[in-house]
Amino acid sequence: MLNLQKPKPMTYAFLQNYWWCLIALLGGLLVALMFVQGANLHLGNRALDDTSKRMILNSTGRKWELTFTTLVTFGGAFFASFPLFYSTSFGGAYWVWMLLLVTFVFQAVAYEFQNKKGNLLGVKGFRVALMVNGLLAPFLVGTAVGTFFTGSPFTVDKMAIADTRIISTWGSAWHGLEALGQYHAVLLGCALMMLAAILGALYVLNNVDDSSVHAQMRRSVKMLVAPFLVFFLTWVVILLCRPGFAVASDGVVSLERFKYLHNLLQMPAVLVMLVVGVVLVLTSLWFGGFTESRKGIWFAMPGTVLVVMAVFFLAGFNGTAYYPSYTDLQSSLTIRNSSSSFFTLKVMSWVSLLIPFVVAYIAYAWHAMDKKKITREEIAGPSDKY
Amino acid sequence: MDPIIWSRIQFAVTAAYHWLFVPLTLGLALVMAVMETLYLVKKDEFWKKATKFWMKLFAVNFAVGIATGIILEFEFGTNWSNYSWMVGDMFGAPLAIEGILAFFMEATFFAVMFFGWEKVSPRFHLASTWLTGIGATISAYWILVANGWMQNPVGTTFNPDTVRSEMASVAAFWEVVSNPVAVSKFCHSVTSGWVTGGIFVVGVSAWYLLKNRHVEFARKSLLIGAIVGLVGSGAVMLSGDSSGVHAAEFQPMKLAAAEGLMDGGRGAAFTIVPGIKIPKMLSILATHKADGFVPGINDILNGYIGDDGIRVPSVAEKMEAGRNALDALAVYRSLRDTDPVLADASRQMLEENVQYMGYGHLSAPEDVVPPVGVVFWAFRLMIGLGMLVALVLLLALIAVWKDKLGSWKWLLWAAIVCIPLAYICGQCGWIVAEVGRQPWTIQGLLPVNVAISSLSAGQVMTTFFIFLAVFALFLTIEIRILLRAIGKGPDVEPSEA
Repeated sequence: MLNLQKPKPMTYAFLQNYWWCLIALLGGLLVALMFVQGANLHLGNRALDDTSKRMILNSTGRKWELTFTTLVTFGGAFFASFPLFYSTSFGGAYWVWMLLLVTFVFQAVAYEFQNKKGNLLGVKGFRVALMVNGLLAPFLVGTAVGTFFTGSPFTVDKMAIADTRIISTWGSAWHGLEALGQYHAVLLGCALMMLAAILGALYVLNNVDDSSVHAQMRRSVKMLVAPFLVFFLTWVVILLCRPGFAVASDGVVSLERFKYLHNLLQMPAVLVMLVVGVVLVLTSLWFGGFTESRKGIWFAMPGTVLVVMAVFFLAGFNGTAYYPSYTDLQSSLTIRNSSSSFFTLKVMSWVSLLIPFVVAYIAYAWHAMDKKKITREEIAGPSDKY
Repeated sequence: MDPIIWSRIQFAVTAAYHWLFVPLTLGLALVMAVMETLYLVKKDEFWKKATKFWMKLFAVNFAVGIATGIILEFEFGTNWSNYSWMVGDMFGAPLAIEGILAFFMEATFFAVMFFGWEKVSPRFHLASTWLTGIGATISAYWILVANGWMQNPVGTTFNPDTVRSEMASVAAFWEVVSNPVAVSKFCHSVTSGWVTGGIFVVGVSAWYLLKNRHVEFARKSLLIGAIVGLVGSGAVMLSGDSSGVHAAEFQPMKLAAAEGLMDGGRGAAFTIVPGIKIPKMLSILATHKADGFVPGINDILNGYIGDDGIRVPSVAEKMEAGRNALDALAVYRSLRDTDPVLADASRQMLEENVQYMGYGHLSAPEDVVPPVGVVFWAFRLMIGLGMLVALVLLLALIAVWKDKLGSWKWLLWAAIVCIPLAYICGQCGWIVAEVGRQPWTIQGLLPVNVAISSLSAGQVMTTFFIFLAVFALFLTIEIRILLRAIGKGPDVEPSEA
C-alpha cells in the first residue's frame, strides 16, 4: 500500500494525492513518448542511407504530435492542479523552460517544413533542429525532475502581494541554468537522454520494416545500454544515500538523512513499481539489443511509465517536499501547500474520468495506422509523407 | 523600460502571431470536411483530390499554429508568475481540460487524416477529418472559457489564507464554463475563422480563375468557400452584437475606449468615424434600448449612476477600498495565529473591500484608461474590413449564381485582396478585446503590474527578440511554402494554362 495517510475519497488530501498520481502518470507517459525525440537522434547515424532516415522521420512524424500534446497536457494539468509549481518553477527557472520550449517549437514545424521547397533552412537545417530537440528535450526534462531531489534556489512569500510585489522569487541570476551545476540532477538528465535514444531505437525497430534499419537500431541499443545503466543506477544510488526534504505534519520542512531510501522502504508499492519498471526496461534492452525480437518497445514504454511514476511518488508522497528550496527550506513546495482548491481538484477529477476514453481512441487510431508498417516502397511511392 | 512592458509585448506578439494561424485552421478544417463529405456522398474522385489540395495547405498552417500555442501556455508561467498563482486555481483548469478533451483529438486524427488515405477505411478517414476540425473547435472553446473568465471573472472568491482567487463551488465551475462572455467570444472567434478560411479559399480560387487554371476546381472551391465564409460572416455579426452588450455590462471602460466616448449619457450616439455619428445608436447597441445609459471615460473615472439606479463608485474610491483590502489582508495574515479577534475583524474588513482589491495596486485613477486611440481605430477597422469581406463573399456567391465569374474580374481581384484584409480584421478584433481591457489581466482583480514574474527587463527582452526572429522566420517559410503549393495547384486536372 502507498503510505498516504489513507485519506477518504473526495477529501481534499485524497484529491491532492490523486492529482499527484495523475501528474506522475502524465510525466511517465511524456517520457515514454519521448521515443520520438530519441528516434530522431538516430538521424545522425551515418550508416543509415537517406531512405532509411526518411523511414524514421515518417515513423516519428505520425507520432510526434502525441508527445507534443502530452507535454502540453502535462503542463496544463500541472498548472491546474499545482499552480504554485507553475508560478514558481516556470517564472524562476526561466531559461530552462524557454530553451525546452524553443526546441519543441522548432520540432513542431520541422516535419512539415523540411521537405518543402522554399523552406530557407533546407532539409539539413530542420533535421538538425529535430536532433537538437532529441538531445535537449529529454536532457532538460530529466535535469528539471532531478531538481525535485536536489532543490532549487527560490523563496515563496504569499504576503508579497499586499505590497504589489512578486510571490515567488528566484535566488539565482542564472534562472534555472544553475541546475547544470548540480551533478546529481544532471545525471538524471543524461540518463533520460540515453533512455530516449533507446526508446527511439526500439520504436523504429518495431514500426519500420527494413532489415538494414533494424541492424543499425540493434547496434545502437547495444551501444547505449552501458552508458544508460551507468547514469541511471548512479543516480539511483546517490538518491538513496542523499538527505531529503521531509515535511512534518504541521508543514515544517527539514532535511532528513536517507529520506528517499526511507520513502522507498516505507512505501513498498513504490518499491515494487520501481523494480517492475526497471525489469521491464531491462527486458526490452535484452529483446532489442540481443535477440531478433521487435517487441522491445512494448516492454520499454510501460516500464518507463512505472519508473517515472515511482520517481514522482518518491519526490512527493510520504511527507516529502517535491519541489524543495535549498535557499529557504520553508518555501519548499509540497502537494499540500501548492495545490489548487478543493473544488477545482474535484471538478478536474471528474474530467479526468474521460482519460481512459481518450487513451482508447488514441490506441485505436494508432493500431489502425500501424497495421501496415513503414517500408522503403512506401517512401518511394506516391502516398503522403514527410 | 521595465519587465512589465516587455512581458506584455512578448505575450501580445505571441498571441497575435498565434491568431495568424488559428483562424485558417478553423475555417479550412470546415471546408475540407465539407469537401470530403461530398466525396463520400457523390463518390466523385474530384472531391477527394480537392480535399487533398486544401489539406496540404492546412497541414503547413496547422504546424505553426501548434508550435505557437504551446508558447502561450508556457508564458503564463514563465512571464506571469503572480498571475499563475493568484488565479491559477481557476485559470489552469480550462487549459488542462483543453489538453485532455481537444488537443489529443486534434493530434490523433490529424495524423490519420493526413497519412491515412491508404491505411484506413474512407468512412474512418472522413470521421478523422471532421474530428480534427471538431478538436480544434473544442480547443477554441476551452481557451475562450479561460479568456472569457479574464474579461468577466465569475465563480471565484478570494481566499486570504491561500492569497488567491478560488473556485467557490462545483456549481461555480458551470458558471465559468457557461460564462456569457466566453460563449459569445467562442462564437465570434470560431465563426470569424470560418470567414478567414472562406475568403482564403475564395481568394485562391479567384487567382486560378484569373490565370485560367484549374477552372472547374476553382469554381467549385469558390462556391464552398463563399458559403462557409458567408455563414461565418452572419454568425460573426450576431455574436459581435452580444459581445458589445457584454462589454457594456462587464467592461464599460473597454466600450467607452472603443467609442472614444469621454462623456456618456442616455441615448448615446455611435461614432462611425470622428465627425459622423448615428444618434442613439450606441445606446441601442450597448443596452438594446434607445435611451439606455452608456458611461463615458470620465463617468467611469468620477463615478456614475447606472441604468439600474445603482451608483458606481469613482476609481479613486475603488482604489481606496482596494488599499484597505490589501492592508486588511496583511493584518489578517500577520495576526491569524496569534490574535483571532483582531484577525477576524480584519478579515471582515477585507471581505467588505475585496471586490476592489485589484484597484489597490494602481498608482493613479487614470491607470484604468486603456490607450483610447488604438482601441478606437482597431474597432473601426475590424467592423469596416469585416463588412467589406462579407460583401465580397456575398458578391462571389451571386457571381456563381449568375455565372458571372468569368466577366467580373474586379471581383476576383477584390477576393484576393480580401485575404490579407481578413487577417487584419481578426487582429484588430483581438486588439479591441485585449488592449481595451488594460490594465487588467483579470478584469478588476489583477492589474498587469502585479501579475508578472521576478525577471529583469533584459531577460524578457532577450526571449522576446528570440521569439520575434523565430516568428519572422516561420512566417516567411510558411508564406513561401503556401505560395509555391498554390502556384503548383491541385492535382485534379491538367492545367488549362
